[in-house]
Amino acid sequence: MLGFIIQRFLQAAMVMAVMSVIVFCGVYAIGNPIDIVIPPEATQDIREEAIRRLGLDRPLYEQYFIFISNLLQGDLGRSFVYNIPVLELIGGRLPATLELVLISVIAATILGVSLGIYAGYRPDSRISKTIMAVSVLGFSVPSFWVGLILILFFAVNLGWLPAGGRGETTEIWGVAWSFPTPNGLSHIVLPAVNLALFKLAMMIRLARAGTREIMLTDTIKFARAAGLSETAILRRHLLKLISIPIITIFGLELGSTLAFAVVTETIFSWPGVGKLIIDSIGVLDRPVMVAYLILVAFLFVTINFVVDLVFALIDPRIRHGVSK
Amino acid sequence: MTDPVLSVKNLSTQFFTRAGVVKAVDSVTFDLAKGEIMGLVGESGSGKTVTGFSLLGLVDAPGRIVEGSVKLNGTELTTLSQKDLRTRRGREISMIFQDPIATLNPMLTVGQQVRLAIDAHEKLSHRAADARATELLSQVGIPSASVRLRAYPHEFSGGMRQRVAIAIALLHRPSVIVADEPTTALDVSIQAQILFQMRDLAAETGTAMIWISHDLAVVSSLASKLAVMYAGRIVEQGPTATLLRDPRHPYTAGLIASLPATAKPGTPLTQIPGTTPSLLSLPPGCPFAPRCDRSTDRCEVKPQITLQESRGWRCFHPVEKNAEVLA
Repeated sequence: MLGFIIQRFLQAAMVMAVMSVIVFCGVYAIGNPIDIVIPPEATQDIREEAIRRLGLDRPLYEQYFIFISNLLQGDLGRSFVYNIPVLELIGGRLPATLELVLISVIAATILGVSLGIYAGYRPDSRISKTIMAVSVLGFSVPSFWVGLILILFFAVNLGWLPAGGRGETTEIWGVAWSFPTPNGLSHIVLPAVNLALFKLAMMIRLARAGTREIMLTDTIKFARAAGLSETAILRRHLLKLISIPIITIFGLELGSTLAFAVVTETIFSWPGVGKLIIDSIGVLDRPVMVAYLILVAFLFVTINFVVDLVFALIDPRIRHGVSK
Repeated sequence: MTDPVLSVKNLSTQFFTRAGVVKAVDSVTFDLAKGEIMGLVGESGSGKTVTGFSLLGLVDAPGRIVEGSVKLNGTELTTLSQKDLRTRRGREISMIFQDPIATLNPMLTVGQQVRLAIDAHEKLSHRAADARATELLSQVGIPSASVRLRAYPHEFSGGMRQRVAIAIALLHRPSVIVADEPTTALDVSIQAQILFQMRDLAAETGTAMIWISHDLAVVSSLASKLAVMYAGRIVEQGPTATLLRDPRHPYTAGLIASLPATAKPGTPLTQIPGTTPSLLSLPPGCPFAPRCDRSTDRCEVKPQITLQESRGWRCFHPVEKNAEVLA
């Protein structure tokens, strides 16, 4: 087990190193921030002074090594635009995205897996067919449109829920969160529903497919022949057997939603990192872009690492390294 | 003779598929006395396994039992609710399958799986259940059973896995065990071990067994009586020795003749010409007629069962004693 962890850790470090190079070069390639940061009427002296101050006069590889050595000391640079440390900038926005995404992905998984198991367990019932029809909608209707309709319906017409913003926040461990206050929670509902729909549909499909497959196996037949109740079969056998693909998708979705909740955050004016990165790309705020992308890579690597650990924890064949 | 523990009459199971109705089991009738071992023999697709599932009420949709009765210890099973049926499965009748790697859950320890089967019918404390599981596993021949309870199925060999499955099936000392080719996936040496161990365990506990197999040689060493299935019907049944010595149905005779042991060394093995008909489009009469060298126009009608003492067959032209097939 320890060897497994060390191996995965080294792999993760490699991925991070390669990612940092790609991100740095990629961001360098998309445009020169000087043209945006410095007003066109500035004199040549001011221009050169600014370029030197931002470190843009050095060759790319030197910039990279300066960036990396700063990074290793926990310094991701300062934003060109806001002139505050990038870490502070992103850190201020991250909790908003984090709470929104966690709530929506977890809710979608719990609900989706339950509905999916039901639909797979009774594939011919009318409820199951309704569930599957709704899941097709969840896949095919574009998320920005659903967001707008949600606002129109629940915020404008019915006036039940707020249309945007984070609402009241409260501080836990020095970070502002919306979900503990009733007002903040009411602000989360609509964007969370918007984000969750697609994931809900996917979890339903995944759980249903797994359930249908597993229910036909000899494992289930044998459990039934031994007189196990259907509840015991579903809870003790089925849930474990379908869990691997579900956990995989859960991890991937968690990562990608954290990184790219942009559309929903924009529609609901949710002040998360998604909005920050879109703004930063607009003004070529290099340190923010680089830091954000590296943070995203780090999130993915971490989530995958955790997912692998969870696999090993629940599946003895992975833990014991059984081939096949 | 005492009442049979299991009495099956005219059992028919059909699958209603889009392609048509599959008559997987057709008018199957037999009795099983306490502790008796019956061999259910036939080719692949002859309906042996579906017969087994039908006995336990485990036929999956689109299949269902359309006719007939299954009486276990005097209770009619075919009319029971799934809930009542469940309380009998594992306690009064249980089943073992062919491939132990597919039957055991790879993600639960052997101990957890035995415990689930215990919990299904009894309230035992954790410790009592463990003791019971250990005792049972050692009984079926698993060394250092108390340690092995914490192991997962992939840490066992094929034979040991099947022993675990057997232990689970025997857990509540059921009256009947349906054994669906439980040794087919195993090494020959292990096969014999498990075969005779199961026979002894069944004798000890008074459990009757239905041993499903396509291998006449395996079954005949174990079972006191045989039922030969062909295309969903039992075409011949009776005491093993009688059937082997003096088969009446041409199909039984063909099966016996094609046993490698009966062939003279150096000569080609005998085989039955043709293949099993599709259960979707069975001929109206005797399903074996197209492959049978004794068939006549009469065989276009379904042959009814001919009874003689303890045996019976479904054929208009039964093979007579010491006929050419055995010569």
